[in-house]
Amino acid sequence: MGMTMTQKILAAHAGLEQVKAGQLIQANLDLVLGNDITTPVAIKEFHKIGVDQVFDKKKIAIVPDHFAPNKDLKAAEQCKFVREFALDKEIENYFEVGEMGIEHALIPEKGLVVPGDVVIGADSHTCTYGALGAFSTGIGSTDMAAGMATGKCWFKIPSAIKFELTGKLNKWVSGKDVILHIIGMIGVDGALYKSMEFVGEGVNTLSMDARFTMANMAIEAGAKNGIFIVDEKTLEYAKEHSTKAVVVYAPDEDAEYDEVYKINLSTIRPTVAFPHLPDNTRTIDEVGEIKVDQVVIGSCTNGRMEDLRITAEILRGKKVAKGVRVLVFPGTQKIYLQAIDEGLVQDIVKAGAVFSTPTCGPCLGGHMGILAKGERAISTTNRNFVGRMGHVESEVYLSSPEVAAASALTGYITNPEKI
Amino acid sequence: MKAMGKVFKYGDNVDTDVIIPARYLNSSDPKELAMHCMEDIDSDFYKNVEKGDIIVANKNFGCGSSREHAPISIKVAGVSCVIATTFARIFYRNAINIGLPILECEAAVKGIEAGDKVEVDFDSGIITNVTKGETYQAEAFPPFMQELIQADGLVNYIKKA
Ligand code: SF4
Repeated sequence: MGMTMTQKILAAHAGLEQVKAGQLIQANLDLVLGNDITTPVAIKEFHKIGVDQVFDKKKIAIVPDHFAPNKDLKAAEQCKFVREFALDKEIENYFEVGEMGIEHALIPEKGLVVPGDVVIGADSHTCTYGALGAFSTGIGSTDMAAGMATGKCWFKIPSAIKFELTGKLNKWVSGKDVILHIIGMIGVDGALYKSMEFVGEGVNTLSMDARFTMANMAIEAGAKNGIFIVDEKTLEYAKEHSTKAVVVYAPDEDAEYDEVYKINLSTIRPTVAFPHLPDNTRTIDEVGEIKVDQVVIGSCTNGRMEDLRITAEILRGKKVAKGVRVLVFPGTQKIYLQAIDEGLVQDIVKAGAVFSTPTCGPCLGGHMGILAKGERAISTTNRNFVGRMGHVESEVYLSSPEVAAASALTGYITNPEKI
Repeated sequence: MKAMGKVFKYGDNVDTDVIIPARYLNSSDPKELAMHCMEDIDSDFYKNVEKGDIIVANKNFGCGSSREHAPISIKVAGVSCVIATTFARIFYRNAINIGLPILECEAAVKGIEAGDKVEVDFDSGIITNVTKGETYQAEAFPPFMQELIQADGLVNYIKKA
């Protein structure tokens, strides 16, 4: 029987010819990732296992990004604990403030994941690297500890949902709108325990940045992983960023899928997720008049070059609405620098927005932009749960950078087509 | 192995941001985390929960972040078992890995109400609602996971191997 793309990658990493949905396997890992929140817990578990060294110093990445640059004393202690472990174990891919970025923007940029890899990360948005045709999934701190010690992880082989993409996105519509549309369609548990496989000629029309954004939010549909077929653009990206060996997998013709959705990209409208779940979506045409206090553009979902370019394009030569706080967060230092080189930072700051160092900051209500009681934000991040960005009575609306930047100018959730 | 306690009941999609809000994640001290468990949907949870109590919820319990702090805070608050229609997958993994027993059972979720006294037999998967005099059959863990739980979580399991 045929296998899905995910099943093939997992089979190869478990040394098996054939696997089927539901089977429990142990797979060899190409990368184990953690951040400043999950790694401290993992380090404590790692010590309990009683090994002295990590399984491979090159195959572990640790990125302090959530409460870094340290937001308070406790965060400083946490980051220090992680730093000391990284130095002691000679972890090669530990990225300190100054070279770090938001982990899921940074890891691909550093070339640490290539097509065909198996990656686990103690962060739910580790599914982002599926954009590169790798199997990559979020796990917890204990799994991270075990992964660091043994280089292996147990998995239940997932079944899959196939998304067959055709057509091409219209101007002002981006990958974020596609994934919000899909989550709205299948629900926050619509892909629970499953893979979401993105295939079809429509994939070729999507930029790598758009694919990262889409794979990033597979977890918001409950998926184990989101994965894209590998094409010219993927291979070019891998070549440009990495020296690691690439293995290209494609789903078998006769692979079995639980469901198949056909999506014509040209029919997707700008889409917004209303509080308090990412599947509570409406197209921009159904939004109505919604005033916002804060606009957040960035995060591991939308803090890449394309996102900053479109933001600057919309803000250029204009002013953000009075009384609206607009915060822009680049994903990594490299993106930050390129945004300076391209003059985007000038456009953004002159318009009256803040341009920050890379950090998770406001995305999880950590620091640098917490919402007060009753306040409302439109944000390009990935979660709008109760209290996600601050007070339990604040609200988060999720959108693309196009919609967020347009809203920054008006103070209301705004259709970018009308700006 | 058995668990017994009174039930706290919640709805669909109880996410990790309400189980343990991110603002408390600048600490990984289990006791401190437990004090804020469920705070954003049930501000008195920590005050009212007693050792052995059971959480029952609808579908997709634990969706959202990979923070192991979520099952840890529930376990350390004293909860002996979580029963839900379905669990989000990272939460499911994490709970098993840290040794917090969790069961998927739609019938139990439908039958059990807040405040009911419930007994869970992990060996048989039988859930007994003592208050109502009903029983429900949960799916037993697959053998691999039973091994993990018997070893009291993943770390000990690896140590033994
Ligand atoms: S930007 Fe937000 S979603 Fe992404 S890793 Fe940071 S906290 Fe998580």
